[in-house]
Amino acid sequence: MLAVVIKEFRELRRDHRTVAMLVLIPFVLLLIFGFAASFDVSVLSVGVYGPGAASVASNLPAEHFDVVVTDPAGGSDQAQDLLRRAGANLAIVTGPTPAIYIDGADLFAARAAVAAVAQMPQLPAPTILFNPDLKTSTIMVPAIIGMILVFVGTIATSLGVVRERQTGTLETLAVMPLRPRDVFLGKIAPYFTVAVVDMIIVVAVGLAVFGVPFRGDVLTFALGAALFLFVTTGLGVLISTVSQNQGQAIQLALMTLLPQILLSGMVFPLAAIPIGVRWISYLLPLTYFTQIARGVLVRGTPIDGLVIPLVALAIMAVLIFGLSVLRFRRDLAPSAGRASATTP
Amino acid sequence: MTAPSFGASDVTVSLDGRNVLEGITLEVAPGEIVAAVGGDGAGKTTLLRTLVGAIGVASGSIERPSRDAIGYVGATPSGYGDLTVGENLAFVARVYRVPPAERAARVEELLRRTRLLDARDRLADELSGGMRRKLGLAMAVIHRPRLLVLDEPTTGVDPVGRAELWRLLTALLVEGTAIVFSTTYLDEAERTSRVLVLADGRPLLSGTPDELLARMPGVVGATDQKPSVGEPWRHGTGWYAWVASGQLPSGMVPVTPTLEDAVIVAQLMSEQTDRAAAAVAAAPAA
Repeated sequence: MLAVVIKEFRELRRDHRTVAMLVLIPFVLLLIFGFAASFDVSVLSVGVYGPGAASVASNLPAEHFDVVVTDPAGGSDQAQDLLRRAGANLAIVTGPTPAIYIDGADLFAARAAVAAVAQMPQLPAPTILFNPDLKTSTIMVPAIIGMILVFVGTIATSLGVVRERQTGTLETLAVMPLRPRDVFLGKIAPYFTVAVVDMIIVVAVGLAVFGVPFRGDVLTFALGAALFLFVTTGLGVLISTVSQNQGQAIQLALMTLLPQILLSGMVFPLAAIPIGVRWISYLLPLTYFTQIARGVLVRGTPIDGLVIPLVALAIMAVLIFGLSVLRFRRDLAPSAGRASATTP
Repeated sequence: MTAPSFGASDVTVSLDGRNVLEGITLEVAPGEIVAAVGGDGAGKTTLLRTLVGAIGVASGSIERPSRDAIGYVGATPSGYGDLTVGENLAFVARVYRVPPAERAARVEELLRRTRLLDARDRLADELSGGMRRKLGLAMAVIHRPRLLVLDEPTTGVDPVGRAELWRLLTALLVEGTAIVFSTTYLDEAERTSRVLVLADGRPLLSGTPDELLARMPGVVGATDQKPSVGEPWRHGTGWYAWVASGQLPSGMVPVTPTLEDAVIVAQLMSEQTDRAAAAVAAAPAA
């Protein structure tokens, strides 16, 4: 037995990535998720509209409310539009027909808002928009769509591409009369297609079984999903270019998946994540896709209300997809030296 | 006008800052077959990968046809294991743009020639080693390449499979294909037009099999007991020894050397030279 133990330790010592996975990563994850794992939204963003907006805004306790809009000329329409664009957790309308609207698409913030408003009897009863029953499935299903796209886009793509390297067929492809982009696009197109089909199925099941609404524009959602898929498949190819085998690819893909699930706002609300960790959330593509999916499906956010997540995903798509193309081209290029002569 | 030859001319290849091939020259003409021979780590695979363009050269030059006229079978099992034999061939037929009207007939012809007709619907992963090699060869020649490069095509293949592969190679030579292959089997190298023997990435011997035998210095003798002269090596149940002076001691009978003997002698000479150079380097300065 001792011989096997010694052999195993020797192998482990040379597998730096696994050692990192076993020792370093759990420590880092514990620190990050220990801080991030919170459902408590202590400060609510609020927009105040109507003739008494300034007065009401100044009377809101600053330790619980962060007033992001004060618009004496605005009314109920502006208040609802603010929430539709995820501009605040709640909106207060003053004047002859006072109202309070709460964004039900941000579940934990909405619950905190309901509790906060209940402690202020001078305010009218709130109306919860988009998700009046504060159903968890209504906000989770759109986020799960993103998670599934990460699964298919990143994990399946990385496995499919690295398998070519592991079996030696990548080199055969490299000497065939194929341009690197033919190989690249040919490799990812099936995974892209499967991911799109998966997404359609998940959305259909979400609508039919869980009663998730689809209030927004299908094309806006399709644009966000396409950008997100470019990022996730690009990430898959990128992982495959730095992995020698499928085991390494899985390790790396899981390392990218776990933070996305826990820090993207899918499970824990972004507002509840301390700013020292939240910056990581803004580097994760699922953060932006979750905003787009919840925005389009649940809130019915128009495209101009989703410019930031769409642009963020577009930038990530260009960077990650571009980098993966370059890395992949390098894999298919001659290993070293200069180009050689070709007899016509 | 004669068809151009392909090959390497005084090629040096560097990987990770180390010369893994140095001063390699190899030429193969249409209808010719050339063998790259050497032990493990001699540089055979690197040379073949360089010939097909998978590795670039640091100096020297490579003459090769365009990529759509090269066929290559690497050392790893060929084809996609989760595709059937027919699907693998259909894939390469598309990649090499075999005209659609000819594809079915070409696939049929190759399946027949490789005796894989009955295995058309079997997954490549389910094939025996020899059948997988034949599939690799069929995939590499589906587009009738002008240059065919094969990395140890018969390693791990049983004698019947080896004979079949050689029959296929002979047919390709008749069609005018230039073939370069690597092997550790010197009996296979004896059937070729030219042989390049590599050791540590450098050329040890080069020429036709007859030339290599004719150039071998000294004499090889056989005996039952381990001889005390020359450089001995095991041969069957007895011993062979190379005696550079050509004077065999009593008890040893001269043998007609084979290509294998010529290569062993060349390696022994190379080791003697290295030992002498090391001794000179280690000697204190006068």
